[in-house]
Amino acid sequence: MWTRAVWLGLRASAGGRRGFSSKADPQGSRRVTAELIEHLERLALVDFGSQEAVARLEKAIAFADRLRAVDTDGVEPMESVLEDRCLYLRSDNVVEGNCAEELLQNSHRVVEEYFVAPPGNISWPKLDEKEPFSHC
Amino acid sequence: MLGRTLREVSAALKQGQVTPTELCQRCLSLIKKTKFLNAYITVSEEVALKQAEESEKRYKKGHSLGDLDGIPVAVKDNFSTAGIETTCASNMLKGYVPPYNATVVQKLLDQGALLMGKTNLDEFAMGSGSTDGIFGPVKNPWSYSKQYREKRKQKSHGENEDSNWLITGGSSGGSAAAVSAFTCFAALGSDTGGSTRNPAAHCGVVGLKPSYGLVSRHGLIPLVNSMDVPGILTRCVDDAAIVLGILAGHDPKDSTTIQDPVKPFTVPSLTDMSKLCIGIPKEYLTPELSSEVQSLWSKAANLFESEGAKVIEVSLPHTSYSIVCYHVLCTSEVASNMARFDGLEYGHRCDIDVSTEAMYAATRREGFNDVVRGRILSGNFFLLKENYENYFVKAQKVRRLIARDFVNVFNSGVDVLLTPTTLSEAVPHTEFIREDNRTRSAQDDLFTQAVNMAGLPAVSVPMALSSQGLPIGLQFIGRAFCDQQLLTVAKWFEKQVQFPVIQLQELMDDCSSVFENEKLASVFLK
Repeated sequence: MWTRAVWLGLRASAGGRRGFSSKADPQGSRRVTAELIEHLERLALVDFGSQEAVARLEKAIAFADRLRAVDTDGVEPMESVLEDRCLYLRSDNVVEGNCAEELLQNSHRVVEEYFVAPPGNISWPKLDEKEPFSHC
Repeated sequence: MLGRTLREVSAALKQGQVTPTELCQRCLSLIKKTKFLNAYITVSEEVALKQAEESEKRYKKGHSLGDLDGIPVAVKDNFSTAGIETTCASNMLKGYVPPYNATVVQKLLDQGALLMGKTNLDEFAMGSGSTDGIFGPVKNPWSYSKQYREKRKQKSHGENEDSNWLITGGSSGGSAAAVSAFTCFAALGSDTGGSTRNPAAHCGVVGLKPSYGLVSRHGLIPLVNSMDVPGILTRCVDDAAIVLGILAGHDPKDSTTIQDPVKPFTVPSLTDMSKLCIGIPKEYLTPELSSEVQSLWSKAANLFESEGAKVIEVSLPHTSYSIVCYHVLCTSEVASNMARFDGLEYGHRCDIDVSTEAMYAATRREGFNDVVRGRILSGNFFLLKENYENYFVKAQKVRRLIARDFVNVFNSGVDVLLTPTTLSEAVPHTEFIREDNRTRSAQDDLFTQAVNMAGLPAVSVPMALSSQGLPIGLQFIGRAFCDQQLLTVAKWFEKQVQFPVIQLQELMDDCSSVFENEKLASVFLK
């Protein structure tokens, strides 16, 4: 999509708040590219916010890379320490509920018994980018 | 009275030597006096006094509910408490009032315990110092102890005494400080990578991490579902056992709790040491370990040996990778667990209303601090399609190797492992903040997080004071679901080392004689 290409171009050259990229790591480990940053921010819906945050991610990745040294041939991944047991399933009976009013009280925006959300068919980037939105 | 054990206070309550209301008011006044420690986020004064009143009625009729009836307790602020604000020390949940009690909180209340308040922590329990929450850091009560101050006077530089206060460790620092400063008899913490044991060691209290699956996590705002466990902080091992007895057991609302029947137990005295085999993992002897902790660890091993136990060196070969593995699994699960905070149903919500995604993003930017955001982003990185196998699944495989290491060691006849809990004693806050949260966590969780990955029970027991007058604790690790055996060994050790009581004279003007003379019977000065 042309909007996306332009946007990436803007980011790479702008060097502003969003123009982050990493310096090449002397040990040659993975570069955190502007594309990756954008991708992660979109997936996580959390922004990096600063160059320090990007640097921290790089350190975290470098740290995690140490796992490569472990020989895990033939080892199954472990999801839970209780894997040898049967998970408890309770019987499918309604035993509690009817607390809609209590739950609605915790929300900032409610209409009757609905939680109110802004329109969901408008995709990111954020409004402050002042980009034209692409509608699905 | 505030320095007594649970059993002693319970007996005093039954005999009418003190009433729940008096006890409650004492603790509340002490909480006010120790406000500068910043251990509490919310003090639930009215709730506690009301509970005290009801407890008193029960005692008058002779119908006390048990050992915890009328006993002040505190709860870490990541446990849901009905009607009482639960924030996780984060802007995301500031003002959030849960409509239900966490199962463990409910169990405490059902036993008549008095809820003094919610304690401070690192934001969303991420951190090893209790310094990164929105309500500020927690100060270690030992910074103000006679023991520490006297040592500092000897090398005093005439500096302001308060500027160099020490951290409590984390992330359950508020709970540890609350127990250490006598403002409650027991506190709940949470333990994902050592968050209960670390501050316990720094604050000179007992920090118990039960076996994964023994205690319900329903209502504990989750960090890492496969490793989180509610932790128990008390001033002695017996008290921890009492609380564990109340909290353990299957919960239909938490399907990861085991269904085996669990009974409360008293910790027996260890008599036949010859049947006990203690393992010392050699890989835990790292260069970063302070010489003082190392020598205490050695001393403890010798103690067991001299009393007839078998003490052997064992190997946990994958130890050096466990912190990396933990880092990947933790951030990945965090990325998933934090996804629920979108501002729609509860918690903070921003003003942006253009689109759902824009609203979510702004809400999360405003609600989370750098540490939380950093972990979410790292976690999302490891979970990317192209990284999933190489990082997340790889870490899961390494986790199995680590868990297997422990199984092998226990199968070779070892009953309990003995290790340090922390690298050193508590450090001053000014020193702690020189490194970022992730680096600190990686350093400080070294001895504690492997236990969470294997789901084993572990307990930190204070052993002795350092040359600076600060507590140093050692960790015992037991077999899965052998919490009673673990506590038996811990209790024996506690009795042998006779860790000194913290002397907070300067704060306790009108209660000084109670603290100076612990052996004094039930005289309760007003």
